[in-house]
Amino acid sequence: MAKVNFETPAFRPYPLIPALQPDVMKGEGPFVAKPNMQEPLGYPGELLDNWQEVAIAKMGELLKKYRSFRVFLDACVKCGACTDKCHYLLGTADPKNMPVARQDLLRQVYRRYFTWGGKLFPNLVGAQDLTKEVLDDWYNYYHQCSQCRRCSVFCPYGIDTAEISMAAREIMDCVGKGQKYCNEIIGKVYKIGNNLGLPEPALRDTLAGLEEDIKLDTDVDVRLPLNEAGAEILVVTPSADFFAEPHIDGLVGYAKVFHQAGISWTLSSHASEAANFGMFIGSYDNMRRVALRIREAALDLKVKRIVFGECGHAWRVAYSFLNTLAGPFDFLDQRYPIPQHICEFTYDLIQRGALKLDKSANDHRRITFHDSCNVARASRMGNIPGGQFIIPRAIIKATCNYYYDMPADTIHDQTFCCGGGGGLLTDDLMELRVKGALPRMEALKQVVDNYGVTHMAAICAICKSQFTKVLPFYGFRLDQIVSVHQLVSDAIILK
Amino acid sequence: MAIEVNGKTIETDEEGYLVNLADWNEDAAKILAAQDELELTESHWEVINFLREYYDEYQIAPAVRVLTKAIGKKLGPEKGNSKYLYELFPYGPAKQACRFAGLPKPTGCV
Repeated sequence: MAKVNFETPAFRPYPLIPALQPDVMKGEGPFVAKPNMQEPLGYPGELLDNWQEVAIAKMGELLKKYRSFRVFLDACVKCGACTDKCHYLLGTADPKNMPVARQDLLRQVYRRYFTWGGKLFPNLVGAQDLTKEVLDDWYNYYHQCSQCRRCSVFCPYGIDTAEISMAAREIMDCVGKGQKYCNEIIGKVYKIGNNLGLPEPALRDTLAGLEEDIKLDTDVDVRLPLNEAGAEILVVTPSADFFAEPHIDGLVGYAKVFHQAGISWTLSSHASEAANFGMFIGSYDNMRRVALRIREAALDLKVKRIVFGECGHAWRVAYSFLNTLAGPFDFLDQRYPIPQHICEFTYDLIQRGALKLDKSANDHRRITFHDSCNVARASRMGNIPGGQFIIPRAIIKATCNYYYDMPADTIHDQTFCCGGGGGLLTDDLMELRVKGALPRMEALKQVVDNYGVTHMAAICAICKSQFTKVLPFYGFRLDQIVSVHQLVSDAIILK
Repeated sequence: MAIEVNGKTIETDEEGYLVNLADWNEDAAKILAAQDELELTESHWEVINFLREYYDEYQIAPAVRVLTKAIGKKLGPEKGNSKYLYELFPYGPAKQACRFAGLPKPTGCV
C-alpha cells in the first residue's frame, strides 16, 4: 500500500559488486494464487499432499521435453561470469540472486533425482532432497527473477536462467503453488480477453474518448476502430495501452500513424491483449491458449496483417513463437512480416518519407531509450541484425532533436531490466522492484547529469508502469517515462 | 484480512481490497483510507463517486485518461490532470482510489 518499509538503495559512485548479505531477501515470496485462480489454468487449487512426488515427476517430464533445460542444468562450471550481472543481485545483495545460485536451487534437486552421482553420493555433488524448505526457496527466489536473460549474455555456455526460472514456476503451478499476480491475470484473459479485465463496452467507450481528444487537439478525425471486419491490419497491443499513463499516449501515436498511412486497421475485443503471461509461468499450454485468441481474432475479422503494439514480452512470443504456437498464418498477406512490430511499421513509413514529422514539437524533451529485455535479447526487428536496437532509436531520432544513449554496458543486449518484468510487476514485490531498478536508475542518472536528459522512452507496457512507480524512489518524476509512439504522436503532422 | 465497520466485519483480500463489492459503504471507505493515513475530503469523494458510477456501468474502473477528463469536465480544467489525482491519491489514482471505492484492483501491466 502507500507506505513502504524498506530503504531505496543509494546511487553508487562506482558500480561495484555489493558486499553480499546472505538471506536478506529471504521471505515468503509474492501472494500465492487462490484455488479459483489456479483451476481455470488447469492447475491444482492448493498445494497437493503428494507435492514432492508430483514435482519430481514434472521435472522429469520437462527434462525430456526441453533438451535445453537439461543442458542448462548440466553445463554450469561455476565460472562466476554471471554473478554480478543480475540487477536483483546488484540491488539487493542477496547472494541467492546471483544467477548461478538461482539456477542451483533447481540444479541441486535435479542432481539428487536425475543424476547417478546425486543419487549415490548426494553430499559430494551438491545434491539436495526436495524438502518443503527447498520448495519455499524456489517460490521466493524464482519470483525474484524477471527472466530478463542478461546473465545469459555473459555465460560462456549460454545458460539461460530465464528458462530455468520458467521451468521452476511451471513445476510449482503443477503442485498447486502458483503466483497470484500472473495466474489471476491469465484467468482474466480467458474470461474477458485481456489482463485488465476490460470488457468490450468499456474498451469501446475508452477508444471513443480518445478519438474525441485527438479531434480536440488536432482538428482531424483519427479513428480507433474496434472489431471492424475486413480491416487490413489487426493491431494487438497490451491492454495497459487502453488504461495507463503514459501507455495510452503510445496508442494515440499508433492511431495517428495508421491514419497518416491511410491503411485500415482494427483492434479486437477478443484479442484485446498482446501480453502473454503464459510465458512467464513457463506453461506452453497456457501460452498457446492465450496466443490462439490472436489467431481467432485475425480469422474472424478477416485481416491481412497483424501488428503488435509496444509490449516487450509479447514481442518475444510474437516474433519467436507465434508461428508454431498459433500458426500457420497462411491466410495473411505473405508480403509483410508475420507478425510485424509497430516500430517496424512506423520505421518503414519514415524511410519512405510517408510521415511528415516536426521534430521541434519534442524540443522540450531530451530523450534516452530503455531497451526492453525481451525485445533486446529474445527477438529482432526488421531485416538487419540488431534491428531491435536500431529501429526504435531511428524513430526517436526522426521525431526528436535531442537523443542520448545511456552507457554502453547498460543498453542493447546488455540492457538492464526495468526491475518489474517477468511477472513481478505486482505491489507485493515493491521492495524487489525498487531495488532491482537500481542499475537502470544509475544509468539514467548519468545521462540526466551529463546531457540534461529529461525523458526515457520505452516500448514495453511493463517497463512503462514499473518506471512510473519506481522513478520517484530515485528522485526522478514519475512522468519522465514516455512511450516511443507518444513522441511520434507529438511530432506527426496530420493531414 | 478484514475491517470492522460500524460493528460489522467486512472481508478484504491480502492487499486490502474488498472481497465483496456489495459490502461497501462510505464508512468502509473512510476506514480503508485511514489505513493509508489519508482523510477523505470532498475532493476525494468526487473521484470515488465517479469511479463507482463508472464501475456500475462498465464493470471496470475507468482508464486514468477517462477519469482525468471526467474530473476536468466536472471540476474545471485545472483539476483534470493526473498530477491533481496523484496529490489526492499519492499511491496512484487507479489503484488507491479503487480500493477506497470498494472496487477490484486493476490488474495487468499497470
